[in-house]
Amino acid sequence: MLVESLALSAVLFTIGVVGVLTRRNAIIIFMCVELMLNAVNLTFVALSKVYGATGQVFVVFTMTVAAAEAAVGLAIIIAIFRHQRTVNLSNINLLKG
Amino acid sequence: MIFDLANPSQLMQAFGPDLLLMAGAMALMLWAAWRPESHEHQRAVGQASLVLIAATIGLTLWFSTRGLQSTLGVIAVDNFRWATDLVCLLGAFGAIALGMEYNVRERIMPAESHVLVLFATAGMMVLAAARDLMLVFLGIELMSVAIYVLAGLNRRSAKSAEGSLKYFLLGAFASAFLLYGIALIYGATGSTNMVEIGLRVVGGNFSQHPMMLVGTGLLLVGFGFKIAAAPFHMWAPDVYEGAPTPITAFMATAVKAAAFATFLRVWIEALGGMGDAWFSPVWWLAAVAMFVGNTVALSQRNLKRLLAYSSIAHSGYLLVAVATGTLAGSAAFLFYLVAYTLASFGAFAVVITVGRAGDTNNELVDYEGLWQVRPGLAIAMAVFMLSLMGFPIFGGVGFFGKWYLLMAAIEAPRPLTALAVVLVLTSVVSAGYYLNVVRVMFMKPRPEGAETPAQAGALTRGVVFVAVAAILVLGVIPSRAIGWSRASVPRAPQMQAAVVDAPR
Repeated sequence: MLVESLALSAVLFTIGVVGVLTRRNAIIIFMCVELMLNAVNLTFVALSKVYGATGQVFVVFTMTVAAAEAAVGLAIIIAIFRHQRTVNLSNINLLKG
Repeated sequence: MIFDLANPSQLMQAFGPDLLLMAGAMALMLWAAWRPESHEHQRAVGQASLVLIAATIGLTLWFSTRGLQSTLGVIAVDNFRWATDLVCLLGAFGAIALGMEYNVRERIMPAESHVLVLFATAGMMVLAAARDLMLVFLGIELMSVAIYVLAGLNRRSAKSAEGSLKYFLLGAFASAFLLYGIALIYGATGSTNMVEIGLRVVGGNFSQHPMMLVGTGLLLVGFGFKIAAAPFHMWAPDVYEGAPTPITAFMATAVKAAAFATFLRVWIEALGGMGDAWFSPVWWLAAVAMFVGNTVALSQRNLKRLLAYSSIAHSGYLLVAVATGTLAGSAAFLFYLVAYTLASFGAFAVVITVGRAGDTNNELVDYEGLWQVRPGLAIAMAVFMLSLMGFPIFGGVGFFGKWYLLMAAIEAPRPLTALAVVLVLTSVVSAGYYLNVVRVMFMKPRPEGAETPAQAGALTRGVVFVAVAAILVLGVIPSRAIGWSRASVPRAPQMQAAVVDAPR
C-alpha cells in the first residue's frame, strides 16, 4: 500500500503543479496550490504507517496553515477584484519588467 | 547552562525571546483593534511596537552572552540563532520606524500594520531557532502569511494589490514545494530533526537514494523562491515595486536573512553529509542569480525595481557562501548578511525620503541633481550604493563582506575558483548601475521646476543616519564584527553530536 499511496500523492502533486503553471484564473491557481498541499498530506499519512505518528502530527499543522493561507489568500483576491473587476492574471499587468 | 528540551518548562525558557515577542504582539494586536483608525493611534501602536522590539533585542543579547546550550531537540540554542534574530529584529525595528511616517504620508491608517510586522518577525525568530523541519515549515508560513498581507497594505493602490496577489500565489506555490521536499526527506530518513537527519545521512548512503535526492531538489526550489534567487526570482521585482516601501525594505532584508539562515542551517546540519549531490545545483543557482540580477538591473529606471534586482544578485553572492559548505563560509555569510542589510535598508529609506505621496517619484530621473538640493541625502545614498557594490573605504563594510566571501570561496576544500571569478566579474557589471545612481545624483543638473524632496521625519532621518554610521564604522574596524560572525557559525552534524552527547 505504501508505494501506491506515495505514487498517488506524487501524481496529485504533479497535477497541482501543472495547474498552477497553465491556468490563468487566480482562484483556480489557488485551488491547485491547495491540491499540492493535500498531496503532501497524503504522503505524510502514508509514511506514518512506517515511522509512527510524526507524519500525522505534521498533517494537522499543514491543514491549519492551509486554512490560514486560504483566509488571507481569498481576502487578497477580493482586494484585487475591487481594483480590476477581474481575477484573470492575463488582465492584471500594471507591474512589468 | 544547558537546556533540557525534553522538559517543557526548560523548552519554554530556551524559547524566551521568541515568546516575549509573540505575547507582546498579541497584546498589541488587541490594542490596535480596540480603537477606531486614526493616525494618532497608528503612531501610538508603532511606538509601543518599537519598545517591544527593543525589549526583545535586549533579551536576545542577554541570552547570547550567557553561553547557553541545549540537548538535541526541536529548537537550536546557539549563537547562529541569536545572530540571525538580531539581524531580523533590527530589520523589523527599521521597518516600523520608517512605516510610522510613511503611513501618515500615504494615508494608510490601520494600526495593525505594525503588529503584522511583529508577527512576521516572530516567524523569523522561529525560523532562526528551528532545528526540526516541522518548525521550519511553520516559521516560513508564519512569516509569509503576515508578509502577504503587508505587501497589500495600501488598499487604495492597484499596484500594491497586484504585488500582494503575485507574492501570495508564488509564495504558496513555493511553500508546497518546500513541504513536499520535507515529506520526502522524512520518508527517506525517518526523521524531521535536522541533526538526526544529518547523522543518518553521514551514516548511510543517501547520495543515490532517489527519494532523498528528489526531496533535496524540491527543498532547494522552495528555498530558492523564498530567497529570490534566479531563476526563481520572477515575483521579486513586481512585489518589491508594488509593496509600500518600508515593507519592501523589510522583505529585502529581514525576510531574506531569515530564509537564508534557515537554508544554511538545513544545508549544513541536515544535508552536510551529501555535499556531492547538492554541490553543483547550488553552484549553478549562485552563478545564475549573480548573472541575471546584475545584468537585468542595468536596464532598470525605477529605483525600487533596481534594488530588487540588486537583491537578487546579492542572493547569488550569499549562495556562494552556502556552496562552500565550510565554517569560514558560514562566517562570511553572516558578515555579508549584516553588511547587505545595513546598505539595503538605508537605500530604501532614501527612496522613501525622495518619494512623494502615492508612492511616486521613484524613477532615476527624480534623483537628477539631488546633490544640489539635498547634499546630505545624496551622500548617504552614495555610501549605500558603494557599499552594495563592495567599494573600498567609501563603501565601508560592503568591501570587507565581499572580501571574506571571496576568501572563503577560494580556500574551501573544494575550491570555488570559477564561482569566485563569476562573483568578481558580475560585481564589475554591478558598478554599471550602482555608479550610475551616484553619477545621476552628483553630475546631472537639477531639472527645471523639479520640486525639492520634503524634509523627512525624525525617524526616517534616524534610520538613514544609523545605517551610514554603521557602514562606515564597521568599514574602518571590521575585526570585531568578523570575530562575532566567526563565533556564530552553525556546526556540521558530527561536531553537533559531540557537543550534545558530552554533558549527558
